[in-house]
Amino acid sequence: MDAIILQTLNGLDKGSAYALIALGLTLIFGTLGVVNFAHGALFMIGAFCAVTLQRLLSLSHEVVDDTRTDFLGNPLKVDVPYLYDIFGADVGQGIINWSVPLAILFSIPIMAFIGVAMERGLVKHFYKRPHADQILVTFGLAIVLQEIIKYFYGANPIPTPAPEAFVGSFDFGALIGVDAGTIIYPYWRLIYFSFAMIVIAGVFAFLQFTTFGMVVRAGMADRETVGLLGINIDKRFTIMFAIAACVAGLAGVMYAPINSPNYHMGMDFLVLSFVVVVVGGMGSLPGAVLAGFLLGILESFASMTQVLDIFPGINQIIIYLVAIIILLTRPRGLMGRKGVMEE
Amino acid sequence: MTKSNFTRRGVLKTGAVAGAALATPTIFDGSVWAAGHTGFTNAPEGGSVTLGFNVPQSGPYADEGADELRAYELAVEHLNGGGDGGMINTFSSKTLDGTGINGKKVEYVTGDTQTKSDAARASARSMIEKDGAIMITGGSSSGVAVAVQALCQEAGVIFMAGLTHSNDTTGKDRKANGFRHFFNSYMSGAALAPVLANAYGTDRKAYHLTADYNWGYTTEEAVTQATEAAGWETVNTVKTPLTQTDFSSYIAPVLQTDADVLVLNHYGGNMVNSLTNAVQFGLRDRMVNGKNFEIVVPLYSRLMARGAGANVKGIFGSTNWHWSLTDEGSQAFVRSFGTKYGFPPSQAAHTCYVQTLLYADAVNRAGSFNPCAVGEALKDFEFDGLGNGPTLYRGDDHQCFKDVLVVKGKENPTSEFDLLEVVEITPVAQVTYAPDHPQMGGAEATLGECNPGA
Repeated sequence: MDAIILQTLNGLDKGSAYALIALGLTLIFGTLGVVNFAHGALFMIGAFCAVTLQRLLSLSHEVVDDTRTDFLGNPLKVDVPYLYDIFGADVGQGIINWSVPLAILFSIPIMAFIGVAMERGLVKHFYKRPHADQILVTFGLAIVLQEIIKYFYGANPIPTPAPEAFVGSFDFGALIGVDAGTIIYPYWRLIYFSFAMIVIAGVFAFLQFTTFGMVVRAGMADRETVGLLGINIDKRFTIMFAIAACVAGLAGVMYAPINSPNYHMGMDFLVLSFVVVVVGGMGSLPGAVLAGFLLGILESFASMTQVLDIFPGINQIIIYLVAIIILLTRPRGLMGRKGVMEE
Repeated sequence: MTKSNFTRRGVLKTGAVAGAALATPTIFDGSVWAAGHTGFTNAPEGGSVTLGFNVPQSGPYADEGADELRAYELAVEHLNGGGDGGMINTFSSKTLDGTGINGKKVEYVTGDTQTKSDAARASARSMIEKDGAIMITGGSSSGVAVAVQALCQEAGVIFMAGLTHSNDTTGKDRKANGFRHFFNSYMSGAALAPVLANAYGTDRKAYHLTADYNWGYTTEEAVTQATEAAGWETVNTVKTPLTQTDFSSYIAPVLQTDADVLVLNHYGGNMVNSLTNAVQFGLRDRMVNGKNFEIVVPLYSRLMARGAGANVKGIFGSTNWHWSLTDEGSQAFVRSFGTKYGFPPSQAAHTCYVQTLLYADAVNRAGSFNPCAVGEALKDFEFDGLGNGPTLYRGDDHQCFKDVLVVKGKENPTSEFDLLEVVEITPVAQVTYAPDHPQMGGAEATLGECNPGA
């Protein structure tokens, strides 16, 4: 029972990342009809927004410490952040420790700008081209973006810790009356799940309860008719691209303390996220979220030692196996609509 | 479907000599080979010789590859008489005098392994066929090392392995043309186990997470056997996909067992992520069986440990070399490298630099670039002054035998390079094994015959 609760929590946590990325992918596909293989790169850039802010806040000047030496035997040069000079060491370090939450605000304008630049600068030229062309150009863009990040930040992962207040684990076991220490879960992963739920709810509320969202939904259903009504649907779809980029970016920012960001992390999520979109149903936002959590949980359960003892290697194929079964029984995915991606 | 055409270039170059070389018996001593300067792949002509540095310049190990390349460039500079000479000054063999190798100026070409076996073989093949490289060296992965070593054997050039830790490189996949200075999984297990037993006691239960590929298997086998011999019990061993990024679903089951040690047989990004995840789950704050829960990382890379940040503090592992060593050779290398590049070298840089000097010295001693002459010169060669103390290049398997460093994540680092502290230098006798040891492929593992190529 303990193991099941733990793996459910793990699944919800993994599913949060899948769902957020798949949500953005579906928004772009549903509005612009573009299959965006650069979406994983947007997730990665979001994580590097956290890295960048951490570095900006840690900008330092050198102070020579004559009591210690460096690796060449010279007096040690110690980096002292400017924030220490301004606010004192304790407050200054406190601000640096909060880099990741602060990066939420920092990343939104950056991701929105990147989203608009991507859509206006490249993707819009491929609206009427076949999906294969869109995939090729966005995949190429993803590689360019990750090589740019590698050039500036290197290939190694960069530690980007959560605020000290959220380091450590929550003891679920003590909460529900089982042995203390048997069901513990990291605070930051619980925060990640909660954050994902808020973002998902925000996107749905935006589409459901605002005039802008209503027009976008109408455009998704019948772009031509909305255009005939004199509404500039293209402009709204560009904004939706920016929103999708922000959703992926925010997912990346909050993911940075879970696994140290590296230039390749977007690709690690991209394929799984596409599977999530297909399983959920192309163009279906609720489907993407549902499939994200479903596949996250299944992946976690497949990694249990009890399961691996019976089905060795199942952890490596479970998502694809389930995808095949669902697509065989429900060719449009869990919540796919008729006519989407169909001739 | 591939067909080797390595001999074509050599045949065109060496003509009738090739026939004579093929007819020549294959077991010679260095002096016999020294007489023959042709009849082998890419025999140098003119006043220079070309070395091929095959390192990951893209992909996840690109930073490690960049450090290897820096070391190679430094070695070439020193061999050609530039700089301060680095470890040439401390090397026990005195054949290197700054006039290149065997009187020929050293030039080099580079290839990108991408840490993929196919790409690494392709770049090595290109350097041999198009650029005329006489020796291939480098790499940051055992899969790549084994693949490129086999190619060099086929091509008839020497392969001086870079960072490769799997037993198989000089175990079941050993080759006559391949040589490894870096230590291996067996040595890590043999060095670590007594230190772990001393630090954590002999009554421990270990849970292993192991990267699902060749290096992971050999490391798991080496560490489980060594720790079990020290009294530990292995509770479980679980393979994790190489592409795994989030290890939470593999770490959560550890909480359900009575294991009190987690051994992470992971390297690079896998190690950074699994260690970070393990610390997030509070394993280091956990008490099991009345003992503190502990984590062990058998192979440390200082370059990559940086990615795990403060999570490495207090965690034991092993390493081939560390810049903080105080012997004359290490200090000379750190001074050369640090002055040129502004930061201390990694263990990958060290082993690559050393391999280049060892190759150059072997050529000088053999008096020939012929790979079989060079191989004979390296076999059972004993040397000192290159940072690891007295070292033997064992002839039976072309593996270097030297002291092994057991390290621990430093509690109070003074810089981003100051992550590890050496807690014990395990004497070579403790990590030496028989050439036919079961972990090394048993009696069936052989070097085969040296291949001079053309």
